[in-house]
Amino acid sequence: MRREGSALHGVGVVLLKELSDHLTSVRMRVLEWLVVLFALAAVYLAIQQIKDVTAEDPFLFLRLFTAEREGIPVTVVFFLTILVPVFAIGLGFDAINSEHNRRTLSRILSQPIYRDALLFGKFLAGLLTLSISLLALWLLLIGLGLLLLGVPPNAEEMARAFIFLLVTIAYAGVWLALALLFSIVFRSAATAALLTFGLWLFLWLLWPSIFSSMLASVIAPPDPRYLAAGLPTPDTIEWQTALARLSPSTLFGEVALALLNPSQRALGPIYLVQLQGAVPGAPLPLTQSLIIAWPQIVALVAGSIIVFVIGYIAFQRQEVRA
Amino acid sequence: MSETVIEARNLTKRYDGTAVVKSISFSVARGEIFGLLGPNGAGKTTIILMLLGLSEISDGEARVLGHDPVRNPLAVKRRVGYLPDQVGFYDNLTATNNLRYTARLIGFEAEEREEKIRTSLAHVGLADVADHRVGTYSRGMRQRLGLAEILMKEAEIAILDEPTSGLDPQATVELLEIIRNLKHHDVSVLLSSHLLERVQSVCDRVALFNEGNIVLMGTVPELGRQVLGGGFRVEVEAEGQGLAERLKAVAGVQKVEAVGVNRVRLLAERDVRPEAAAAVVGAGGRLLRLSVEEPSLEAIYTAYFHKVQEGERHAA
Repeated sequence: MRREGSALHGVGVVLLKELSDHLTSVRMRVLEWLVVLFALAAVYLAIQQIKDVTAEDPFLFLRLFTAEREGIPVTVVFFLTILVPVFAIGLGFDAINSEHNRRTLSRILSQPIYRDALLFGKFLAGLLTLSISLLALWLLLIGLGLLLLGVPPNAEEMARAFIFLLVTIAYAGVWLALALLFSIVFRSAATAALLTFGLWLFLWLLWPSIFSSMLASVIAPPDPRYLAAGLPTPDTIEWQTALARLSPSTLFGEVALALLNPSQRALGPIYLVQLQGAVPGAPLPLTQSLIIAWPQIVALVAGSIIVFVIGYIAFQRQEVRA
Repeated sequence: MSETVIEARNLTKRYDGTAVVKSISFSVARGEIFGLLGPNGAGKTTIILMLLGLSEISDGEARVLGHDPVRNPLAVKRRVGYLPDQVGFYDNLTATNNLRYTARLIGFEAEEREEKIRTSLAHVGLADVADHRVGTYSRGMRQRLGLAEILMKEAEIAILDEPTSGLDPQATVELLEIIRNLKHHDVSVLLSSHLLERVQSVCDRVALFNEGNIVLMGTVPELGRQVLGGGFRVEVEAEGQGLAERLKAVAGVQKVEAVGVNRVRLLAERDVRPEAAAAVVGAGGRLLRLSVEEPSLEAIYTAYFHKVQEGERHAA
């Protein structure tokens, strides 16, 4: 049975309203301050380090994102890995259930729009808000870098940094879609927030480092011959890498590595045979770095679409009544 | 009472195999106020949501202004206004901004929008507080704002779910007055309630619900005749001889009860005041007082369920 009329009628109206709600909310004030403070802290730490080791690095400016002080493994990328999910979940965890709880949902849905419009509008408004914040953070970083380093970035550095910004937005999209899904499934905003944050902590902290290797050694037990030689078993390592990539945080980290370190030649295990003929430390051109990171980028975008679709289906089947 | 605006035929809703609305049929004419009455959980809200296309129809079909709410919900929702049970608004926005958001969703142009918002708010008496945040509104004001939304939409049908629940008497009277006014704008009203007394005063026709079935439908006097075999109580206070016999002979009177000195109560199937007065005067008596009590929905409802239970007992 086909529905008549466009599913997208009203998306723009919902988007504008949600956007104005986001931008004027207390939550946004907090996020803005977090952006500024994080940018300052990250740049301060990075610059200290860069000044100490300033070598003839052709990609000095990109070091701004990846430089870490000895002993403190805190880089801009690391900041973003944490900050972006917190942002996204903070914006999305009460998107739908708050409409239920304020009893506005049935009134809004009795207007001539489909449910699709409400959900799309809310997702896009959240993504736009995140994009604005991340763009501001990115510009702050570049600006501070320019001021404090005194070295202008070259075109390739700017291109890499810009693509990195886009990937960060995609990474935010995954968590926003997840928060939206939980806000649909759970009627209580507190439950939804707690579960989304819990899942994020699990996927970020526990899954890539502990559970993926545990599962990998069950699926592909280490070969005693490798063990005897004191080497990891290639099968196990490959499984572990594959499983760890189920976490968006892992994917994001890998993309950042490939994009911001032009000399990064591969993500995941690499055999000595494959390194034959390679000039160690030689930077790859941007297109080659992109090819390395492409599966991860696609996976991030696909991940947010899949999670959004699950939420979409759940929302379509949900009863409107409170 | 010509054109039918809402038509439900064998409408059924099942949740996990359990029917909560069981093959219900009814229709509402243009300009009519139709009441869906019944206890909580009788399936009233479910019917409303099905008519709006917000809940799937398990069986049967519905036509609202000639459209199928399942296939063409936008056409239905464009012309039907809905006031949900305990309507909610965005508390952080003003009443005007809340309505502006709805107006944008409906698709009104900017110029007509402002004018419509202003007049509809004035109509429900919220013009003075139009720029206050809805968070500061009382329950009654929110309900009125909900009606303002329906007025702004220029809906042809207003569907009101429990519009008076939780309101104080004063607010209830005001709200019912606005609902009556809708009728003058040629708007059909479908309203649901569990408060029988309140609704009786505004509805043209009612349908009484129980456990997903319509058990009674019609105008209140009709139902009174059907269930109570009348239900009009006429009180006569008069001085004179042999009045009780005279009154008993009046056509339509079923029973005469003495309730005090010179006072009798007639149980009748219709309003028999003129005939009763004529009878008293004709017998040479002095008529002191004459009053009529129309059959109340509550009495009808109670009597009906009493009968049903009796029937069950006999069947057993």
